[in-house]
Amino acid sequence: MDEAITVRGLSKRYTIGQLQGAYGTLRDAMAATARRLVRGERVTEEREIWALRDVSFDVPQGTVLGIIGRNGAGKSTLLKILTRITTPTEGRVEIRGRVGSLLEVGTGFHPELTGRENVYLNGSVLGMKRREIAVKFDDIVAFSGVEKFIDTPVKRYSSGMSVRLAFAVAAHLEPEILLVDEVLAVGDAEFQRRCLGRMEDLSESGRTVIFVSHQMQAVTRLCDRAILLDEGQIVGEGESSELVARYLQEGYGTGSSRVWLDLAEAPGGDFIRLRSVRVVQDGREAAATDVRRPVGIEIAFSVLREGSPIFPKIKMIDGRGQVVFNAMDTSARWRDPSRPGDYTSTAWIPGNLLNEGVMSVWVDVCSLDAPRLATHAGVTDAVAFHVQDPSEGDSARGLFIGQWQGVVRPLLDWTTEER
Amino acid sequence: MTRDTETRDVRTSLVEARPATTGDGGEPAVWEVPRVTVIRPAPRLPHLDLRELWHFRELLGVLVWRDVAVRYKQTAIGVGWAILVPFVTMVVFTLVFGKFANFPSKGVPYPIFTYSALLPWTYFASAVALASSSLVSNKALVTKVYFPRVLLPLAGVSVPAFDFLFASIVLVGMMVWFDVWPSAALLLSPLFLAMAALTALGTGLFLSAVNVRYRDVPYAVPFLIQIWLYVSGVVYAISALPERWQWVLALNPMTAAINGFQWGVLGSAPPALGKTLVSVASMVFLLLVGLWYFRRSEPRFADAI
Repeated sequence: MDEAITVRGLSKRYTIGQLQGAYGTLRDAMAATARRLVRGERVTEEREIWALRDVSFDVPQGTVLGIIGRNGAGKSTLLKILTRITTPTEGRVEIRGRVGSLLEVGTGFHPELTGRENVYLNGSVLGMKRREIAVKFDDIVAFSGVEKFIDTPVKRYSSGMSVRLAFAVAAHLEPEILLVDEVLAVGDAEFQRRCLGRMEDLSESGRTVIFVSHQMQAVTRLCDRAILLDEGQIVGEGESSELVARYLQEGYGTGSSRVWLDLAEAPGGDFIRLRSVRVVQDGREAAATDVRRPVGIEIAFSVLREGSPIFPKIKMIDGRGQVVFNAMDTSARWRDPSRPGDYTSTAWIPGNLLNEGVMSVWVDVCSLDAPRLATHAGVTDAVAFHVQDPSEGDSARGLFIGQWQGVVRPLLDWTTEER
Repeated sequence: MTRDTETRDVRTSLVEARPATTGDGGEPAVWEVPRVTVIRPAPRLPHLDLRELWHFRELLGVLVWRDVAVRYKQTAIGVGWAILVPFVTMVVFTLVFGKFANFPSKGVPYPIFTYSALLPWTYFASAVALASSSLVSNKALVTKVYFPRVLLPLAGVSVPAFDFLFASIVLVGMMVWFDVWPSAALLLSPLFLAMAALTALGTGLFLSAVNVRYRDVPYAVPFLIQIWLYVSGVVYAISALPERWQWVLALNPMTAAINGFQWGVLGSAPPALGKTLVSVASMVFLLLVGLWYFRRSEPRFADAI
């Protein structure tokens, strides 16, 4: 197969000075130069950091490659080099085909300009020709759903509207190779769904996509293959679902417990703050759980003042990004207005319910603000754990040891009559 | 890993396509001509990729259009500013330098002398200010999308050209009023205006790159412009100075730009060839230094901004 992108020995070095804007002011720079001249002192105490170190990989045409790794692993640096925003210190990259990059939705949008003007501005910035934009203009506007306001300055748009318009422009970019950063991190669920859908269309039409994300579900859903970066080096490469599982399991990403020691920094606000979230099984914290026995999601939170009735809620998402279930505590104790204090609630997920694989848990403390749920303190991907089947014959899979499909893996009661 | 230190270079190149080859099934597999982008470490010796600039010409147009559109939308009297600033300055200069100090004005009425100098000067001053802040004020673009960064200062020196056109209308009115007629050298005035633009570009390239690292630039620019005004022949005719000083001031390309422009519109004495050449050389030097420093700093813009 033809390689769309080849990366060889790519390294990027930053000096700390550079990152902090060098000497800060001209005065300091002049003082440093003066010192150097007077005392022959060399100012080389600048510390160096290799954001990327000898990274090599190939991306065959038509592949959707995910790049994962924790914050500071070098993902963004790699993407910035591939998009030519910054230059490498060493190494070489060859990209074959027209490149489009999307590091942000709505790059260059100007609030004073109208929606129409911003479509042209943003499209040009993303590399579209004016003629191309003119041809696609009606589609872009229709896709965005802001037809009525297209000649209104964008500063009068709601944030949702401008994001939709910006995304509509980006969605009509038709490069052979698309480089995408955490674009999905913004916007509501509906918007994210459309982003993912659009990217799926792209990958199905044989385009090459590099996708950098923290959202493991999105990576497994969209990408065929993935690269795992840690401290600027590739530490894993392979099929995306396997690599995501490894990433989560080996503690590169979300762990099986989260504790916020400083309440002021914890998720929430002046009403509720989360204190910790843990995955427990058999009385212990567990990163890997036995599929047959119950798993508890223990949520500790503080109520800081009196308020409306609240209750804890969890959302379970599997390694392919599917929501397995949502659950909240509906017991009577949460029907009264909340009182200040520290609470610890545990949600018990029965044994023989979840399928094998990585589960990511989103935690919220909500109140019912009819007709919707209002979140007072919430964390996406709060904790994760890996459900394992020890294959001893007493789980839903029985003595079969192959892959068992399904969102859930219940052990059902079967009745059989023989006549 | 191969590292070729001799040909360190970043560029987009059109590489000839592989010939259509024959697939396994015996059917010809046709490939499109692929454009290959090669990314390598920044070159030691910076150069300007003119072909790439040409490729991005439309974006330059869009950036200029954006700034012009925003400017006239955001401000209450919009295009009025383009006329008001040089006009009021002309009135003040006429009162202070023309009437009170009685500065030399090339034998034409002082108001039209100073206004015809203020036109290229006001353009130059805004061009330097806009170009030198262009990188920092477009931070969102610099950190999120690739294009030759030179486009930003280039757009910065293009935008005030629109103001210049509007302010020229007043000049035409004044010429009729004072009965001053242009000479055939008016046809050369675009060249002298281009000199002002290139001088602003050289200065803007240098200052915009400095501004990425040191945010002292916005404080220094108004000061620099103010000083520069007094050595450019805006308030007095340089030709009235001692010969020796005229040669020194010729190092400032704006003296030739303004002199040349006035030669055309006022029909005043033509600028001396020798001094003009000194100015042109000085302008080329400024432009090269600005461009060299800009291109050398460019790889770090996104990291340091």
